[in-house]
Order: sequence, then C-alpha cells, then structure tokens
Amino acid sequence: MAEMDTSSGGGHKKGPGVKKQKKLSTRVDLTPMVDLGFLLITFFIFTTTMSQPTAMQLNLPKDTDKPEDQNKVKASGALTLMLGANDVIYYYEGELLPDGSNFKTTNSKEVRKVILDKKRSTNPEDFVVVIKPDNEATYKNTVDILDEMSINVVKRYAMVDISPVEEQLIKATEQASGGK
Amino acid sequence: MPKVKIPRKSTNIDMTAMCDVAFLLLSFFILATQFKPSEKLEVHTPMSVSNKVAELKDVVLITFDKDGKVYFSVSDENKNQKADIIEAVNTSKNLGLTPQEMQSFKNAQSYIGVPFSQLKSYLQKTPEELAGATLPGIPVTDTLNNELTEWMRAAVASFQGKTMNLMVKGDNKAKYISFKGVIDAFKKNDQMKFKMITSPEGVEPGTELYKKNLTATAK
Repeated sequence: MAEMDTSSGGGHKKGPGVKKQKKLSTRVDLTPMVDLGFLLITFFIFTTTMSQPTAMQLNLPKDTDKPEDQNKVKASGALTLMLGANDVIYYYEGELLPDGSNFKTTNSKEVRKVILDKKRSTNPEDFVVVIKPDNEATYKNTVDILDEMSINVVKRYAMVDISPVEEQLIKATEQASGGK
Repeated sequence: MPKVKIPRKSTNIDMTAMCDVAFLLLSFFILATQFKPSEKLEVHTPMSVSNKVAELKDVVLITFDKDGKVYFSVSDENKNQKADIIEAVNTSKNLGLTPQEMQSFKNAQSYIGVPFSQLKSYLQKTPEELAGATLPGIPVTDTLNNELTEWMRAAVASFQGKTMNLMVKGDNKAKYISFKGVIDAFKKNDQMKFKMITSPEGVEPGTELYKKNLTATAK
C-alpha cells in the first residue's frame, strides 16, 4: 500500500553529498591541497634566490707617511665619526676643538641624519667622512657605517685609527653618562 | 501543468590535475636548489645594501667569529694555489710538515685556525675530530706577531698572475680589534682591495641611494 521511498530525500538537496543515503560520497575536494602546493612552491622560489651572500667592496687607502692626501681635504668639510662600545657613535665636525665642545654623541639610527645634514651644508668637493672605530666597536658597527656611506652616497670616506686624544674623550663621555 | 525540470549542472571542477602540476613544480624547485656546504663555523654576517654577488672562484677567505678567532681558507677549486701556500709556509717557518699533513690542507673545505706552533698537530687531525673542536684561531692582534701576514704573503705569491678574490667574513659581534688585525695583515702585503661578505638588505625608500637606483634604472 505504502510506497517505499527509496530516493531518500535526495531530490531537494543540491550537490552530490547527500545525507541519509546508504552510499556515501567518495569525492574529496582537492582545492586546499593545491593551495598548499603553491604555497610551498613560492617558498622554495624565494629561498633559492636569496641564499647567495652578497659582497661589499672596500678599498683601503695606501698607508703613506706623506700627509699630502690629508692636506687636500679642508678640515671644515670633514665629519669624523668615532665608533664606541654598545653601538654608540661620537662625532664632531671639522677639527676637534681644544675644549672638546663639538664632541657629540649619537646612535646608529640618528647618524644618517647627521651625515645628510653635513653633506647638504658642505661643498661636495670638500665633504669627507672619517671613520675611526675604537677597540670596543664591533665589526657590525663598522660594516653598518660603511653601509651608511653607500646608502647616503658619500663619495669620499676613510677608515683610520683612533687617536689617543679622542679615546680619552670617549672614556670621559662614557664615565659621565654612566654616572647619571 | 508540465513539470519544469531545472537542468542541474555540476559546478565542481576536478582539481586532481592542478594538484599534480603543483607538486611537479615543487619537486623541480626542491631538486634544483643547491644546498650551501654546511658551515663548520657559525658566523652571522652583518647586513648591507650592497647588491654585488660574492665570487665563488679564486677566493681567499678570512673568517673571524664573535670571539675574534681568525680562520684562513682558500676556495676548493684552487688546488695548486693551496699546495703552493702550504709549501711556502712550511719552508719559511720550518714546520717540518709531512706530505700527508700538507695533503690534509689541500683537501676540500679545509681551513686553518691555529698558530704556526700548533699547525703540525692540527693538520694530523681528521675532519671528524676537527668538527667538534674549538680552535684558538690565527693570532692577529699582536702587531709584532701577526701570523696572518705570513699566510697572506704565501697566498699572494701563489696567486701571481691570477686575480685573487680576497674576502672577509666577519661575525656581527666580533670586536674591531680583530678586523684591524686582519686589515693590517692585508696592508703589509699591499692588498688594499677586498670584499666583505654580508647578508643582503633592501635599500630603504627615501634614501639617497634609493633615489640614485631609481634614476639609474629609469635611464
């Protein structure tokens, strides 16, 4: 008398995955798998190109005893940067005054501003940056400063040894700020 | 009334093929990547905006780690230069090295990290023994006895006629004094040009170099 409804309500539902049917769907949606695959691909594409280490060229000036090269640079156009411990950078413009009044302190982020200010205010021919790392400066400080030279397009710069006077000034500044 | 049958069209695309393509590409890239030779020395180099790629041939590499220990090595392809270097050092310092010991320097991936006094015993060790050992490094900080000068002299002599790519790979935390010792050794051998190996870093927009690069590429 009663009709056996074997369609099991599959008519009004969209899609093949139908509930309350004896046969379950075996279809798997592979879209996330493809997404994963492409994510991995892009990862490998990017990492293979970035694994080459780059090299930074450094040309040292010849160590001549003749002060000819130093005389060519006008003292007023020079910016001297001294690299100290704990990523602190001391600097002065021009020549070091006897009372050390133009001896200032800065850190690695501000130094770019300092270099650019000095670069703007001096004649391009006279502008030179003298880098003097002391014994407590790290190699990273040195490379960062040389990097700043190329970031700010400083054409003339030199890396020389620090003088005893400057070392004393650094120590005095460190003690003064350490005491605060 | 006629039953209107709405034609049902399947909107599901079979993604199997797409998945196959994706994994084929992935396998290609995995196989195509060349793994860097595993670093025996842990050196974290500083970053720089330089975009010149480091050379791989004819390289004389000076590495110094965060404790300031200096290591000297030559690229593996330059077997003749390596042989010349070790023989020159042997004769000038009267170390009395046997051919076997000299051979261990000529092997691939070798590097020197000891003063001359310990060189003979160092070269007798196998690579497995060296892998875990902490080495004292070549002394460079003493200005009167900068041993790297000797190594550099031998290197310069062996590379006569060929361009020698002199490279320095330093750790971020190494103190300037080690770097200075290395530079002094270079200066004494009249090697004024060298490259420093750094990790790549992007140029910040707004800086002068960035503007310079823009105008250069625009031309």
